[in-house]
Amino acid sequence: MPLPYYVSPEQMMKDKAEYARKGIARGRSIVTLEYNEGILLTAENPSSLLHKVSEIYDRIAFAGVGKYNEFENLRIAGIRHADVKGYSYSRGDVTAKALANAYSQALGNIFTQDIKPFEVEVLVAEVGIGNGSKSEIYHILYDGTIEDEKNYAAMGGQAEEIRRFLKDHYQSAMSLDDALQLGVRALSVTQNKTLTERDLEVAVLDRTKERRKFRRLPPEALSQLLGGAK
Amino acid sequence: MTDDHRLYPFHDYVQSSFVELLRRQSPHLLPGADPAPAVTEIPHGTTVLAVRYRDGVIMAGDRQATAGYQVASRRIEKIFKADDLSGVGIAGAAGPAMEMAKLFQTELEHYEKVEGDNLSLDGKANKLGQMIRMNLQAAMMGLAVVPIFAGFDEKAGVGRLFKYDITGGRYEERDYDAQGSGSKDARDSLKKLWKRDMPRDEALRTALEALVDAADEDVGTGGPDLVRGIFPTVKTITRSGYGEVADDEIRRVCEAILATRTTAGNGG
Repeated sequence: MPLPYYVSPEQMMKDKAEYARKGIARGRSIVTLEYNEGILLTAENPSSLLHKVSEIYDRIAFAGVGKYNEFENLRIAGIRHADVKGYSYSRGDVTAKALANAYSQALGNIFTQDIKPFEVEVLVAEVGIGNGSKSEIYHILYDGTIEDEKNYAAMGGQAEEIRRFLKDHYQSAMSLDDALQLGVRALSVTQNKTLTERDLEVAVLDRTKERRKFRRLPPEALSQLLGGAK
Repeated sequence: MTDDHRLYPFHDYVQSSFVELLRRQSPHLLPGADPAPAVTEIPHGTTVLAVRYRDGVIMAGDRQATAGYQVASRRIEKIFKADDLSGVGIAGAAGPAMEMAKLFQTELEHYEKVEGDNLSLDGKANKLGQMIRMNLQAAMMGLAVVPIFAGFDEKAGVGRLFKYDITGGRYEERDYDAQGSGSKDARDSLKKLWKRDMPRDEALRTALEALVDAADEDVGTGGPDLVRGIFPTVKTITRSGYGEVADDEIRRVCEAILATRTTAGNGG
């Protein structure tokens, strides 16, 4: 029996990371911003049916970039985690932190144990509601690395440039209108075309809503909000 | 070929179901998981009803839970929001019934989040029937749960209501129905008062008249409690969603009903 070729662990990890990064870099980006009434999630997504941004639980939303089937699996796993936990304890006990940790563990295991790593980055956002509780945004990379982001986050193909842009332009306590315009400008920072409502998927975690804070902004509402800039 | 695990996502149609998820992951959390005979008197929900009217369905229930000859609670809620377009009224053993209502809510929300779409009203009604059947063993031991399910059917553009038996049998009612210990009296009352395409105010009065009648004849059912300020729960389900009826309005209608009966001097 021929011996398998020896590959050093460093080399193997490097190759896997490069593979995953390449896959993610091909995809379009997502921008997340805190605004005065919650958290705004803006994705460049020409499809109105295959979502990149979705609801996990009352105050928690999910966003994924990269390979659709992979982050879709992670999204469903997240909903299951949240619903079982909320059912067996109480709705208030479901937190973004626990969910983000679960994603981090899962992606870390897949990265080290599977031949092919997941080509995804995911984001878990939780809107704080009153009593000084703050909003939380967690960003989890393909290898399980987890970061908690303040005020804004970007992920996907052009994340670096977008993050730089947001660092210069982000202001606290923006209105939804301003936040959306900033988000769209950030997404188009590396492109020469202007993004219209047809290229966008937008949702918010709106703390003024009852129980389920997640709300999608339909194209009509988007064109109205974006139209304000002209 | 069908055992090919790579094709698993195709036959795993249950993956949008929260109940099936619990069955796989935590079967001990399912209703009726380990039934035991009820050895002492346990609290029972008494009367709930649903009435079809012009804009959709109105659901109402009294507030009392009764254990044997004792009042177990004066303030329980028996009408639960299932989702934006439907509600469940629970009657029978209060503990398992409330658990079932919570499981049903989670099931509908879970499906909606995973699929990105709502179940049809028929789909919801069937699912509730299956959950009642899961409880059959417990029901045979005295822990029966028999809800009423009502909702607005977006496709048909009308309100619809369903009743169940303990085996999960599902029966659609056209105009109105009631469940629980005072249900016979409530139904008798509704039979006389119900009219096609009633406006909201008349439907509200009809529902409350029926509950007052049920409380009058059935010892388990609680009537409007003027001393403590406890009044029946009433919810409306229409095209625009699941709506609350304000306590003040319910109080006014209840007082009007009682005043009319006092004047007539015949107790109704």
